[in-house]
Amino acid sequence: MTEKIITKKEVEYIARLAQLEFNEEEKEEFTAQLNSILDYFHKLNELDTENTPPTAYIISMPNLLNEDKVEPSLPQEEVLSNAKYVKKGYFQVPKII
Amino acid sequence: MTLNRLTAHEVINLIKKKKVTAFEVIQDIYNQIDKFDKIIKAFLILNRKEAFQQAKEIDVKVKNGEELPPLAGVAVAVKDILTVKGVETTCGSKILKSFYPPYDATAISRLKEAGAIIIGKTNMDEFAMGSSNENSAFGPTCNPWDLKRVPGGSSGGSAAAVAADEAFAALGTDTGGSVRQPASFCGMVGLKPTYGRVSRYGLIAFASSLDQIGPITKDVTDCALITKIISGHDTMDSTSVNLEVPDYLKSCQEGIEGLKIGVPKEYFIAGVDQEVKDAIDKTLKLFEKLGAKIEEVSLPHTEYSLPTYYLIATAEASSNLARYDGVQYGYRTEDYEDLSSMYKKTRSEGFGNEVKRRIMLGTYALSSGYYDAYYLKAQKVRTLIKEDFDKAFSKHDILITPTSPTPAFRLKEKIDDPLTMYLSDIYTIPINLAGIPAISLNCGYNKNNLPLGLQIIGKPFDEETILRAAYNFEQNSEVERKKPEMNFLQQKSI
Repeated sequence: MTEKIITKKEVEYIARLAQLEFNEEEKEEFTAQLNSILDYFHKLNELDTENTPPTAYIISMPNLLNEDKVEPSLPQEEVLSNAKYVKKGYFQVPKII
Repeated sequence: MTLNRLTAHEVINLIKKKKVTAFEVIQDIYNQIDKFDKIIKAFLILNRKEAFQQAKEIDVKVKNGEELPPLAGVAVAVKDILTVKGVETTCGSKILKSFYPPYDATAISRLKEAGAIIIGKTNMDEFAMGSSNENSAFGPTCNPWDLKRVPGGSSGGSAAAVAADEAFAALGTDTGGSVRQPASFCGMVGLKPTYGRVSRYGLIAFASSLDQIGPITKDVTDCALITKIISGHDTMDSTSVNLEVPDYLKSCQEGIEGLKIGVPKEYFIAGVDQEVKDAIDKTLKLFEKLGAKIEEVSLPHTEYSLPTYYLIATAEASSNLARYDGVQYGYRTEDYEDLSSMYKKTRSEGFGNEVKRRIMLGTYALSSGYYDAYYLKAQKVRTLIKEDFDKAFSKHDILITPTSPTPAFRLKEKIDDPLTMYLSDIYTIPINLAGIPAISLNCGYNKNNLPLGLQIIGKPFDEETILRAAYNFEQNSEVERKKPEMNFLQQKSI
């Protein structure tokens, strides 16, 4: 590999977007690994896809919509049962403002 | 008596004929688990109490002469990525530790209705990201054929449990080969159905446009049985398709005279183990003997599958895994000052390295300025890969390839080199990109007695033909049907 595709600074930026944090050593390691993986991914540039449509959904079937009918959902206490911090029927998070 | 060594269909018949009770069956299953699983480590959690309760209920039905559901008494292990109501579901991750789902996945509720008994949750690579089970936050599973080797991944615990006779069958999930590759490494049968065939409701999402649930079984008959039960439309998954589910078992009984088989030449170039290649050659000769017509085909974009897959899968994963923020379920860090540091610390402490690497890759591929160059490009190449298969299937009924380029590799052999690890899925990944069904089954052993896998690929929603081809191979093959010896309890230093 001659030139870096992704710099340590960009790794820090991507980590911020992904809500992750790394120590210096991890940053170095991720930068090196991501560079070698991305370098390999550049193989796709060999292909001319100018006129090729993208595929997002592989099986071409019409959307299946459910009837607009009110049905019972999970009870509130079950929904909250897996949260570590709950207050008065709400999920509790640290103070925002 | 060791009932756990039987197949699901054998045990169903014995219970029906009142030769054995479901209780005895479940007892033998847990005896095997108690004896071997501290070494193999296929299970993360057992569902013992409920399993025995269900077995007793089946035995009452038998006693009263009531009609039994189709899978009555079949002990099934479930990959820890599928929600089972009230049973801890971790996805192999610290971030979901102590998550008790309030509902059953559709595949699970269908199995339960059919009389299957959920015996426990199996180990897996964290969030199904891996090919060796070494990425589990709870330690790796060993391959019952050789404890120094991996069972494959990411459904490694499921495949190891079935191979070790700790379950008659298991459910896995397959995003890039995660049912087929471990089935191959453990000498079992594994099917990835067509995208949309099995509801993904209750399957904790990794890459939503690729994920499918599939069974891992001891033989093709069991695979056909279970696939039939879990398939079909579900209003809880808008991508599940409303098509009739055929009687797979019945179509297995037909021959394969005149079946047109394509063999993609791109799958036999660099990197294939010679013994794998020899086993596939032998397989093809048998298919020819059974009346199939074999021809070489070309899937010219094969070499682009891996980068295409990793861009799409990581992009979708980075979005799906954004939900783990320490608020609604799972792990929350103890040490934070505000909301933002709570998110960051929770995620950084809760996720393992491979998961973080993939979230980073996916976030990068989707980020402003890079979206067209990576994610959109990959989606376009996905179209080309799909077109390769469309073309091959215009002339052929099925395609045959190895499942993986090598038999099971050693623990730690590839863990430090993500790219090399990714390459072990090179034959299974294109199938997920194309959304089509494929089955892996054993087609021999190498000189070290490690199982080798054969992959049969079919047209969209034509699970029938690949199961029929697999069944015909299984019934006529001279490959000995072995079980792992598992004589390691006598050995001391493991």
